[in-house]
Amino acid sequence: MTVYLLCFALFMVGLYGIITMRNLVKIVISLSIMEFSIFLFLALIGYIDGGSAPIVDPSAPDKIYVDPLPQAMVLTAIVIGLATTAMLMSVIIRIYRKYKTLDIREIKNLRG
Amino acid sequence: MNPMIPLFVAAPLAGAFLIMILGKFFKNLNKYIASLTLLFLIVFSILLLIETGKDILVYKIGGWEPVGGIPIGIYLVADGFNTIVLCIINFIGLLSVIYSISYISKYTSENYFYSLFCLMIAGMNGVVLSGDLFNIFVFLEISAIASYALVAYGVGIAELEATFKYQVLGGIASLLILLGISFIYWQAKTLNIADIRLSLRPEDNRSLYILVQLLLLTGFGLKAAITPFHSWLPDAHSSAPTPISAMLSGVLIKAAGIYVIMRLFFNMFIISEEIAILITCLGAISIITGSFLMIGQWDVKRLLAYSSISQIGYILMAAGICMILLFKGGKTEIAVLALAGGLFHMINHAAFKSLLFLTAGSIEYRTGTRDLREMGGLASAMPLTYSTSFIGSLSISGIPPFNGFFSKLIIIIAAIMGHFYLLALIAVIASIITLAAFLKYQRYAFHNKKSDAKVEKHDAPFPMAFSLIVLSIMCLLLSIIAIPHVRELLLTPAINVLMNPNLYTIPILGM
Amino acid sequence: MKGMTLIVKKTTQLIAGIVFLYGIYVIIHGHLTPGGGFAGGVIVAGSFILLILANGSDFLNLTKEETGITIIENMSIMIVLLIALAGMIIGTRVFFHNWLPKGDVGELISAGVIPLYNIFIGFEVAASMLTIFLALVIFKEEITK
Repeated sequence: MTVYLLCFALFMVGLYGIITMRNLVKIVISLSIMEFSIFLFLALIGYIDGGSAPIVDPSAPDKIYVDPLPQAMVLTAIVIGLATTAMLMSVIIRIYRKYKTLDIREIKNLRG
Repeated sequence: MNPMIPLFVAAPLAGAFLIMILGKFFKNLNKYIASLTLLFLIVFSILLLIETGKDILVYKIGGWEPVGGIPIGIYLVADGFNTIVLCIINFIGLLSVIYSISYISKYTSENYFYSLFCLMIAGMNGVVLSGDLFNIFVFLEISAIASYALVAYGVGIAELEATFKYQVLGGIASLLILLGISFIYWQAKTLNIADIRLSLRPEDNRSLYILVQLLLLTGFGLKAAITPFHSWLPDAHSSAPTPISAMLSGVLIKAAGIYVIMRLFFNMFIISEEIAILITCLGAISIITGSFLMIGQWDVKRLLAYSSISQIGYILMAAGICMILLFKGGKTEIAVLALAGGLFHMINHAAFKSLLFLTAGSIEYRTGTRDLREMGGLASAMPLTYSTSFIGSLSISGIPPFNGFFSKLIIIIAAIMGHFYLLALIAVIASIITLAAFLKYQRYAFHNKKSDAKVEKHDAPFPMAFSLIVLSIMCLLLSIIAIPHVRELLLTPAINVLMNPNLYTIPILGM
Repeated sequence: MKGMTLIVKKTTQLIAGIVFLYGIYVIIHGHLTPGGGFAGGVIVAGSFILLILANGSDFLNLTKEETGITIIENMSIMIVLLIALAGMIIGTRVFFHNWLPKGDVGELISAGVIPLYNIFIGFEVAASMLTIFLALVIFKEEITK
């Protein structure tokens, strides 16, 4: 039970970072921290007591394995997170070229 | 096992990568590949619409049959509700590609535009056709990342700020959706939508059920721009290039937002009274917020973007009324009427909102400005754009004989017959405010002559004019759906599969 | 961009080959051990990025390299789609069907069409990571010019 609460605490750390940080790169890093906490939670859900890694061993047919489906979901979600972070980074480089600053309080062209 | 169904995802993917390869060697081929792919997809979606009028088609990828009654593997399901949304996506997509043949020639590197556009269409087709939860998430991310890149296409100052805001909020929405999916997997040990309805019961763990419903409503509500999650929409939809604005506002917030909310809350979760009241209240607040913030805008595309929030509120309020009436039991005819009004308004909003955005883009293409205070006197210079935008404004305000009148009338009648007098009053007031805002748009853009200089005729080029004419004809033709016979033919399969979940679960679970 | 010192250059010359071979091992044994296309592709891309970072490269060379890498990436994913669609043409009409003969459990050449998927997805992921890296470096070069 404590493991799941620690995942939730990591989620809250990431959320605090997105809300209060002023530098654009720090906002992206906080979004990454939030994503990693959910991946950790998802991989921990599939644990079965006494299970081992889900690689089939032909010599011992009655072994208990942990659930492999959440692990496949986490692999896909990691790749999606990579694409999102790469997209955000290229947008940040272009913003730096136009605004000459990385402070989010200076970027307020669209209002109303 | 109809072989047409996986082609909806495979064909735009193949088209996107083919455009990137061949676009480096032949300069002009990218537009034709994109339009041919979308034409191909429209023909298939109309064929599928005719076929699913009778029953549901299920496609098991890889041919993996259920083991012991439990569905393993990935399922693609096409029923009456899916195919209506598929037709909307591919039709508006084809018209946007034809429009952008002349609009995008003002930007550079057109290869990336058409390739990302086809990827976005592939992602939206996948969300609509998918039969289990995790595939909805994956295809949602594909279309969302393609749309982040397309909003920032002409790299100016306003577009970059808009896309940064859109990306951070969209990223948080995807994380909340993934958290909801992981809670569902923890309790039910399966990911198939039909199977979750049978295995996830609210009696086992009541607080987990409510938590999952709230997480998924928040996540998908952020994608559908419901109040209070609407703050990214005015910036993103006004700064994007015009065909992308038409696609985002007319199709993406429906296919990735409202469609998934209706599918999950009618077919996967057992309807409870608190959630139904919550959905109705969110819809009503969206209507009020969108229409009050719309009047004071001087930027054309920002005005149209705020009115999107209000119209999506109509659809959500109609779905909420249907859920409340279903929960109380008894009067199913009024619930059917409310849901029919919601679905009809979804089809109508795609047509007239895309038409309005495309005409605003045509004005921007010729005069170079988006501010209403700087335009004027365009009625004699651009007659085609003037008449089509007049038809669009009449449709969205609800004037007969155009299609907006009939769908709003059905929603208001259903609200009055179900004794929801306050909601009917809100809908009528918002409609009057919308009429006022669009009369302002017409007056400042087309009738306000600033000087006495002679303005010569300088209208939109042919590809843009073609899309505008086809969409305005659709605005007139779609009012045929109000006639009871045609309404039963088109909307009854969709309403049946949403209101009786057994019609959805029994053909899928391998009976 | 400038290269690094002599020690770093000599060390990466020795190491890059081993990293590349390890990445190919992870890709090919994707159906027997954990890993597969994604993880192996990232490792292969890592070896190329190591060489570019250590030796430095000219601006024109980087843009020419990016054009070639994009063609490889698009071709490999077209081949993945063609293998998936080939299941619809050969034999039964099912998308993504496993249409090569499956061998015994635990052999290297077994499990039908899955090793082919792993290899081409490995190419594609390596090319994508390299494109992202080259795009960011080219942006930086244009800013500081």
